[in-house]
Amino acid sequence: MSMVRRPGVLRLAPALTVGILLLPIAAGLVGTLLPAFGYLPAIGGRTFNLDGWRRLADYPGFGTSVAITIGTGVLTSALAVILAFGCCASLHDRPWMRRLGAWVAPILSTPHSAIALGLAFLLAPSGWIARALSPWLTGWILPPDVATVGDPAGVALVLGLLLKEVPYLILMIVGALNQVQARAHLAIARALGYGPAEAWLKAILPQIYPQIRLPIYAVIAFSLSVVDVALILGPSNPPPLAVLAVRWFSDADIQFYFPAAAAAILLLLLVIGIIAAWRGFERCAMLVGRRWIARGGRGGIATTAATMATLLFGVTFALSVLAIAGMAVWSVADQWRFPDALPQAWSLANWMRRFDGLAGPAWVTVVVGALATGVALCLVLACLENESRGHRRPGAAALWILYVPLLVPQVAFLFGAQVLLVRMNLDGTLAAVVWAHLIFVLPYLFLSLADPWRAFDPRYAQTAASLGASRMRVFFAVKLPILLRPVLIAGAVAFAVSVGQYLATVFAGNGRVATLTTEAVTLAAGADRRVIGAYAVAQTLFPLIAYVGAVLLPALLFAHRRGLRGHQ
Amino acid sequence: MKQALLAPLHLASVRIDLAGRELIPPLTLDVEPGECATIMGPSGCGKSTLLAFISGTIDPVFRATGRVTIGARDITVLPPEHRHIGIQFQDDLLFPHLSVGDNLAFALPARVRGRSQRRARIEQALAEADLSGFADRDPATLSGGQRARVALMRTLLSEPHVLLLDEPFNKLDAQLRHDFRRFVFEHAADRGLPTLLVTHDATDAQAAGGRVIGLARP
Amino acid sequence: MRVRTLAAAVALAALSVAVSAQNLDWNDIVAKARGQTVNFNAWAGDEKSNAFIQWAAQEVGRRYGVTLVHVKLKDTAEAVTRVVAEKAAGRNAGGTVDLIWINGPNFLAMKQQALLFGPFTQALPSYARVDTTTIRSNVIDFTIPVDGMESPWRRAQIVFVYDGKRVTNPPKSVAELLEWAKKNPGRLTHPSVRNFLGATFLKQALWELAPDPAALQRPATDDNFAAITAPMWTWYDALRPYLWRQGRQLPENGPAQRQLLNDGEIDMLVSFNPAEAAVSVHAGLLPDSVRTVVFARGTIGNTSFVAIPYNAAHKEAAMVVADFLLEPATQAHAQDFRQMGNFTVLDFAKLSPDEKRRFDELPKSPALPTNAELGTTVLEPHPSWMTRIANEWEKRYTK
Repeated sequence: MSMVRRPGVLRLAPALTVGILLLPIAAGLVGTLLPAFGYLPAIGGRTFNLDGWRRLADYPGFGTSVAITIGTGVLTSALAVILAFGCCASLHDRPWMRRLGAWVAPILSTPHSAIALGLAFLLAPSGWIARALSPWLTGWILPPDVATVGDPAGVALVLGLLLKEVPYLILMIVGALNQVQARAHLAIARALGYGPAEAWLKAILPQIYPQIRLPIYAVIAFSLSVVDVALILGPSNPPPLAVLAVRWFSDADIQFYFPAAAAAILLLLLVIGIIAAWRGFERCAMLVGRRWIARGGRGGIATTAATMATLLFGVTFALSVLAIAGMAVWSVADQWRFPDALPQAWSLANWMRRFDGLAGPAWVTVVVGALATGVALCLVLACLENESRGHRRPGAAALWILYVPLLVPQVAFLFGAQVLLVRMNLDGTLAAVVWAHLIFVLPYLFLSLADPWRAFDPRYAQTAASLGASRMRVFFAVKLPILLRPVLIAGAVAFAVSVGQYLATVFAGNGRVATLTTEAVTLAAGADRRVIGAYAVAQTLFPLIAYVGAVLLPALLFAHRRGLRGHQ
Repeated sequence: MKQALLAPLHLASVRIDLAGRELIPPLTLDVEPGECATIMGPSGCGKSTLLAFISGTIDPVFRATGRVTIGARDITVLPPEHRHIGIQFQDDLLFPHLSVGDNLAFALPARVRGRSQRRARIEQALAEADLSGFADRDPATLSGGQRARVALMRTLLSEPHVLLLDEPFNKLDAQLRHDFRRFVFEHAADRGLPTLLVTHDATDAQAAGGRVIGLARP
Repeated sequence: MRVRTLAAAVALAALSVAVSAQNLDWNDIVAKARGQTVNFNAWAGDEKSNAFIQWAAQEVGRRYGVTLVHVKLKDTAEAVTRVVAEKAAGRNAGGTVDLIWINGPNFLAMKQQALLFGPFTQALPSYARVDTTTIRSNVIDFTIPVDGMESPWRRAQIVFVYDGKRVTNPPKSVAELLEWAKKNPGRLTHPSVRNFLGATFLKQALWELAPDPAALQRPATDDNFAAITAPMWTWYDALRPYLWRQGRQLPENGPAQRQLLNDGEIDMLVSFNPAEAAVSVHAGLLPDSVRTVVFARGTIGNTSFVAIPYNAAHKEAAMVVADFLLEPATQAHAQDFRQMGNFTVLDFAKLSPDEKRRFDELPKSPALPTNAELGTTVLEPHPSWMTRIANEWEKRYTK
């Protein structure tokens, strides 16, 4: 039975969204796949061949590079999962766990590159930790010759990635908890004699794992293919595969495009392979886990492990805070030499000097972020509203489509996308950069907003309709005000994602669009820490302001509406 | 306060299927103005789904056939906002972002123009509910019984032609239940609304005083 | 080599006649340039250079009505990639790159692939004052004849900067450098060999230790490469264990290396800028105890140029900027170590007394080498040597 209604324009929203997500990625992948097999007429490659692959394999550090890529990627993912699970298992019954979102939001909204820059300063042998402990504890007057940042094994890189991945996974887990009867099941498990951590691991984790599977895959893909953090913290001789590809793409010798494209495609295959392996590992873990649960032991191993994981998470959290603090101190420092724990001379002159240089990129960052977030918000709201009007039920396929931009390595499709933009004469324009950011902003916005939106009590809309309100009125006068805080927070998340984009801006903007992040990574090569500090602080500030605004604005607007607090 | 004479609610061979199985067998029913018919049945038998079908908000996973008319008007395929059917749930569902007065104003038809006119109607409704002066209050600060009364007044202010009650007394304790029941039925009868009550509680059916239709478990 | 010099001299004489005849065309070019925007693609890793480009932007804006936009690059090769991508997409006019700060292998790549506009330097009035006789790197860019396809603007020469407090007797040759490193393990490093400065560090050693230095001016061949580079690899193998991080980790570029000196992780660094020490002390990037040393037999030097891509949208304004960079006032401003500290490409003999005074009045510093100390500038080897050295280095030390 259908009602007589005009088929609204909302029906187009899902198709439009999918198109914006998938078409550029597909086109870009083709544009990178062809050169990988030798086809790029512009520089003379007119026949298909395997030369690119051969040159890739002949690179002296090829084996090590692949090993580093896989090693750091798998280690980061495994540690992130273990720490996130352990932390949630230990702390789930603390009351402030619900507000954990507010605690980790500042870390999550800080771009990866800013945290990496801060961590680089923390960990260096002449860095903050060494300075704070020297010479009274260590006896060092000169920094020791020890490899920390850029170490050949990639440990610094793993740490730098963990700083953001663990909070991200924890947030996903907390979100998934709302979908299951967590409290009821926990009460039962504890009544049966299991300690809190063990109860969580045995009763809750298996239930929520399907929902955090995709975020975990996103973490795997990111750890394997990250570029900006690897540039700052990772080894350079040889570097991980993604950095190698970017290096070769920008090499003066144009013939390097072919092995660069081959490296990018190899990276894509690695991501697919490791995710597939992870799936296999899930099955094994399931079997082992079932037996562990069936044994019924109520021992303390799980609890101890969870506690250790929580302590480690605390360490990473502290490191994140210190990393940003370090950058803030540098931005107002004048002279700061080893082994002083704090600068000998302070000055605001640095900010004065930086201000002109910062103003331009800051403005561009805000404009691009606002536009990308705005467009994404319209599309996502249209899709979600379309869904709640019953026109389309999203299946698992929809979720996978959303995750595609997060699973395909950026370097694998951005070069192809750049050639496409040049052909359409759009490269270097603000529109191209906004569009490139949109591809990555959309999934995060959708994922942040979908659950709160779907959890909206449908009877409010039914009641409003029965009171004579049209669907438009229901949307604007009932749904949006009640869901204002989740909408604004999702917008803040999206804005933060846009601020942190590096490769997308570089490729789509053809270098003519300078954002705070591209400037920071460029200037990292210039290595005046006072400059880096100022840019890192600016990078952190804007998403933070957006997030604080998202939290404060509804609180101010609805200061006298206690009922809305339950919706947040 | 009497409104213009209302028309009866008529259900003609309304049948609802879910995934091929029959949830509600073909039901034909007439509810006269001022009468309150009760539909009783255990949980899961589809009572709420039936109300959803009548009010136009049924989930597309259900297959429903049959006709719903109010007097001569066939409303079977009309969108819910054009049906003039008021519905009351067991949760008051007052919009948390609006004050009590604004919640009521939301329901007031647009043809009541002018701030003073609208304000007067709202105050009148609040007085009827024994809540004078509550217009600017935050709904979350009212007690459960007060909220239930405001919710009913909100529905009535929208001048519905039919009133549907989906187990509205469930969340109230015994004393409140008794008082609120009387409040609801008095107002419904006062306005001459054909009312359809869905409940699993026999005392509700008794208080309604109309016909009782039983729905078996599917 | 003699024939080449003669030919160059004749060509130069012809050009100087041509320049005065073309001064009329120059006014046309300036008129056309007014109101145009120049996208100057230049490496942005050095704050001083960035500031200088901003100053230049203000000047050309004021005097010529040209808007100069500094497109910041992490690597000059990015601009080459861009022009290639545009050529791949068929954009043969209205390109997004108007001017590139370029030299060496990048210049070679663009010249070979016909990606450059020119020759254009003969149309620039200020080009007449360029030193094309003693500063040979102004006309021969890494053994490639410039042929007017790029215009010089700044010079570089290898020097070593050291912390005077910790190093009392600085080494004056690569052999002495090895001895010094053995006595001070972990206190010396060089940038990654992929970086221009890092590669030149090796080239300096190559020139000093090669059995036949003249061969370096000719392309490297499979036959002579191994023999000529053998002494250098022996020296490097001996040096590597005494480098910072045992040579397994290298700073990415010059500024990163400078940060290590400032942090106290190393005592000595290699630099292409003779005024590096003075400039950095002034900017607070190095302690004021640093000094500069130039190796006794001479060090490698080169010139940086600006070139115009074949499909540039605003060629006239780009030429105006190139000319501005060669004006004596601009060159003196650049040589001031409080600004950029780059030694000039101009010939003092070709300057008027007023113009010369601008240079004499520049500030001095104990960390600044004198022109006499700079000694002989050694010409850059053929680019093929650097490419092969970089590849060989990766083969040997990238495991």
